Amino acid sequence: MLRIDGVSRSFGDVTALDRVSLEIEQGEFFALLGPSGCGKTTLLRILAGFETPDSGTATLDGADLLALAPNRRPINLMFQSYALFPHLSVAKNIAYGLERERLPRAEVKERVGEVLETVGLTAHASRRPQQLSGGQRQRVALARAIVKRPRLLLLDEPLSALDKKVRADMQLELKRLQNEVGITFVVVTHDQEEAMSLADRIAVFDSGRVRQVDRPVELYERPRSRFVADFVGANNLFDGTADADGGLVTGSFGTLRGTAVEELDKGAAALLAVRPEKIALREAAATPDGEATVPEGEETPPSEAATAPSGEATMPAEDAVVPAETGAAQDAEATVPAEDAGVPAETSVSAETGAAPDGDAAVDGEAAQDGEAVPDGLRGTVLDVSFYGGVSHLSVEVAGREQPVLVAVQGASTVTTGARVALSWDERDAVLLRAAQ
Amino acid sequence: MRRPRLLYVPFWATFVFLYLPIVVLVAMSFNAGESAYTFEGFSLKWYGALVEDEQVMTGLVNTLIVAVGSTVLATVLGTLLAVGLARYTRSKLLDALALMPAVLPDLVIAIGLLLFFVMVKQTLGLHSVILSHALFSMAFVAAVVRTRLTGADTSLEEASRDLGAGPLATFLRITLPQLTPGIVAGALLAFTLSLDEFVIAFFTIGAADPTLPIVIYSMIRFGVDPKINALAAILLLVSFTAVIAGQRLTRIGERGSRAQD
Repeated sequence: MLRIDGVSRSFGDVTALDRVSLEIEQGEFFALLGPSGCGKTTLLRILAGFETPDSGTATLDGADLLALAPNRRPINLMFQSYALFPHLSVAKNIAYGLERERLPRAEVKERVGEVLETVGLTAHASRRPQQLSGGQRQRVALARAIVKRPRLLLLDEPLSALDKKVRADMQLELKRLQNEVGITFVVVTHDQEEAMSLADRIAVFDSGRVRQVDRPVELYERPRSRFVADFVGANNLFDGTADADGGLVTGSFGTLRGTAVEELDKGAAALLAVRPEKIALREAAATPDGEATVPEGEETPPSEAATAPSGEATMPAEDAVVPAETGAAQDAEATVPAEDAGVPAETSVSAETGAAPDGDAAVDGEAAQDGEAVPDGLRGTVLDVSFYGGVSHLSVEVAGREQPVLVAVQGASTVTTGARVALSWDERDAVLLRAAQ
Repeated sequence: MRRPRLLYVPFWATFVFLYLPIVVLVAMSFNAGESAYTFEGFSLKWYGALVEDEQVMTGLVNTLIVAVGSTVLATVLGTLLAVGLARYTRSKLLDALALMPAVLPDLVIAIGLLLFFVMVKQTLGLHSVILSHALFSMAFVAAVVRTRLTGADTSLEEASRDLGAGPLATFLRITLPQLTPGIVAGALLAFTLSLDEFVIAFFTIGAADPTLPIVIYSMIRFGVDPKINALAAILLLVSFTAVIAGQRLTRIGERGSRAQD
């Protein structure tokens, strides 16, 4: 229905849009999501007719859109500021667009009455916009736009000016309206919650380019670039290189398991993304230094490539001995040669022994501490626990990572700040993607 | 915090300095005696004499014609100028040039206009005074309206276009109502400026019957006639009314636009 093809626009040296192509279907609720300054608003203004692209085309139902003046386009825009006319009453504001079409007075009155009913503002018809609350103003702005029955309704940050409680109501309201009137909605927002909760499909923008167009679930679970993985929702990203079968070989954590969303050559720079709520957390009982109390002979397979880089004598052994294998540990140490892992002077450690390896990691003489029976995953110290929305959000400091690993656990957490924990996840829940994007 | 009383002394002294001459003038306009300098009792006789003075009455009518004519012209042109400056150019130079006549010495404008009218062989009279007054008051109107436009929200105009209104309908139905308080204030300013303008009128009126300020000037050359006090008091009243009304309107306008935020 709406087809945007190779649209570019720059302002001086700044490229606001870089060959953007999109296709939006009839009746869709579509979102343009991106940080501020990513070009999404420029695209919106181009569609509305307040901005002209340097190159590219836009067609609506096959007809050239760009050739039309803004007042001739079958498109309406709901402004972020609502842009209600302060000198006109609510009813007059809504009637404005219809009067410009020179419709008979009776019809204008009827349609204004209908739409006032739809947005629930019949009682406020004769008020001035200044006399309304934020939520009511937004309804007027919406009514003013949909009363024209446009082919396409553009919404610029529709919920950003509302407080949290009203937002939730308006969100439902917008979806209901969209269903009812059957108009194609395109919403521009920097707020992913807004985009995720409203839209059928989302185009993620970054620096004037479309990074990914997908449905909310796919966008969240299968991001296709670092930007999307990082921008949409909280995420934990690990850098490394791809191994032959869906693993990520890292410098500090050995091989992390994940599922590749695209073909990855072995050795290619790759990125592993795992969501906080996908990470399982187990408390690892700390043992006093110098004692290896963990019983041997547990039924856990040996972990591969779990060491710290050699020469880092200052690093406490407990941090260095991180059994990194997360998934199927069965596929033996041999599958990851030292050069792939990128770990110099690698030392293999058997996790189940929990004892300090006789390699470099134990140079300082400190014995390794080990959670009993934590065969796989990362280890770290809980930095912070916060509880909101029925979920405990934990930050776990893991040696070898600048940023803490985020973990979300349903309900109140039993783990407290300072606790040693082991982290693991199912390989199907971690996404492996190409890093250079 | 209590301020020391002493600080109020210069404050009130300034006000006395500002308004004492005006108070004296108004008081003397009600003087019963012949002298322009000593008050001898209350009377309205000078107001009566004023009405009977044909020269003064002609001057007053001429002044009103010029004031109204130049105000209308200056308001329309000044508003359009302001819209043009605010919406269609980013040039600081044009901005400065447009507002220049407001700060230029009247004498420069007057001599320039006289030369110009003579050069284009334009006959002089009330019409040339109207044009001349419109020229400098236009700059004032433009300045006042421009300030309002800068504060105005362009998204209103975009919303109007978006809802199907052409550029003209948008200007008439959205931009203009937004600007009304500014336009009214500018018009009142133009009116009062023209009312007592002497230099430019003197240069550009030619041989026609003069405007009131010129009449007063020629009367004063033969000594201060108490009639002039009465005349000045009337002019004062008109100016005061206009300025206060203008201020009121601008304030209402500002309050209106603040309420939108």
